[in-house]
Amino acid sequence: MLDRREIMKRAGMAALAAGFGSSRAFALDTVTLPFDNGERPLVKYPQKRPMIGQTSRPPQLETPFSVFNDGAITPNNAFFVRYHLADIPLGIDPDKFTLEIKGKVDRPLKLSLKEIKSLPAVELVAVNQCSGNSRGFSNPRVAGGQSGNGAMGNARWRGVPLKTVLDKAGVQQGTKQVTFNGMDGPVSDKTPDFVKALDIDHARDGEVMLAYGMNGEYLPILNGFPLRLVVPGYYGTYWVKHLNEITVIDNIFDGFWMKSAYRIPDTPCGCVEPGTAPKATIPINRYKVRSFITNVADGAKLKPGATTLKGIAFDGGKGIKEVAVSLDGGKTWIPAKLGKDLGKYSFREWKLPVKLAAGSHELKVRATNNAGDTQPNEPLWNPAGYMRNVVETVRVTAA
Amino acid sequence: MTRSLLLAAAAIAGLAFGSANAAPVTYTLPDETAAFKPGPNLDVVQNNCTACHSADYINTQPRGLKKDFWQAEVTKMIKVYGAPIEDADVGKIVDYLAATY
Repeated sequence: MLDRREIMKRAGMAALAAGFGSSRAFALDTVTLPFDNGERPLVKYPQKRPMIGQTSRPPQLETPFSVFNDGAITPNNAFFVRYHLADIPLGIDPDKFTLEIKGKVDRPLKLSLKEIKSLPAVELVAVNQCSGNSRGFSNPRVAGGQSGNGAMGNARWRGVPLKTVLDKAGVQQGTKQVTFNGMDGPVSDKTPDFVKALDIDHARDGEVMLAYGMNGEYLPILNGFPLRLVVPGYYGTYWVKHLNEITVIDNIFDGFWMKSAYRIPDTPCGCVEPGTAPKATIPINRYKVRSFITNVADGAKLKPGATTLKGIAFDGGKGIKEVAVSLDGGKTWIPAKLGKDLGKYSFREWKLPVKLAAGSHELKVRATNNAGDTQPNEPLWNPAGYMRNVVETVRVTAA
Repeated sequence: MTRSLLLAAAAIAGLAFGSANAAPVTYTLPDETAAFKPGPNLDVVQNNCTACHSADYINTQPRGLKKDFWQAEVTKMIKVYGAPIEDADVGKIVDYLAATY
């Protein structure tokens, strides 16, 4: 049965087919992200609620930001989707799925999903954030997926430590990295397949996980069913979906998606002077500290008087120590009350009761982690538009 | 929620990863609705660009960028992603992108 959204979409397509349509035919079905050329359709995909359609082939779906106000856990049907290459699996039979562990191991393995599920399971709440989350705000603008702030999510992942499986296979002496490949691939054999690598010690830290469960259910297919890599605290590029091939190697992997793509400037901030090129680069790694106000949108009109601001904060795994809010554009800061601690890799909710006098207010939020890392007042820039973590500002009017 | 409903919910949560395997999943992608804007050499662009990605990969890029932005993108598609674009078409594609977006 068609739902309301689908009917509207089809109606829009019919209008286009009839020749009197333009993108305006979808006016009821679009959202506008707050940067130039930010209009996007709301799209409906399997196992998903209406999502912000960034691209359709391969699919890139962004989470509507209001979802982050509903709780610290992002529902599976609202979790963002990011593929790189268009030959994606449209059908998966878990009974036929196997994960291969090969390369510099004593006992190469082929594990079925059932065998993986029979190993002792662990659970961990962790944020998955796209490297290019918020790229649309880069100034100067840069090429790539033009995301708002919704290319992130937080889920309770269930699976098996990667270490368990590597130990079963017996990693040989002198190995350096482990590579990860999924069932999605390129359309042309000239396009580099999406393969990522982690250093061997990282791969065996006991936290990196082969996950089949997400918030108490199997992974949605668009989020990597039946198995994906979970790399807590690391940008989403490492969280390989539909993971079916793990290779232990004795060199540093030189595939395109490690050697050339997903690189950041080799500077303490991972940034360079806007508009310039870095001298040297390294692979992107841990999340920078971020925080958001989730219950008041930029440009909102509020009633003067008491209100409670709330939001989320997260970092790359030290854990959030403090969230502070400014009601006066950053001149003074008030500590917020932190919500339940779901673990150092999770979104941490915060809230703060405030009083707003009649007039305009520039609200800001800034988090600090347990290592003392915090957020910059001015945005940092790099050529790929990665790792945005500026102190966010929400302008409101109380009247 | 009543107690029995809570228990039922707990039982379902426990069963989700039981010994039975996950059910097979198949789906079809929604129709592509994004299209290239009209412009010079549109046919060349459609013939070359849409084999690997949908038009929204271009439509969503920042507006008003100079020709060298699009030249760099087309070069990346050829050199990095192996797009089989003939030399004669490169300039046409870059011109279209710079003029249209």
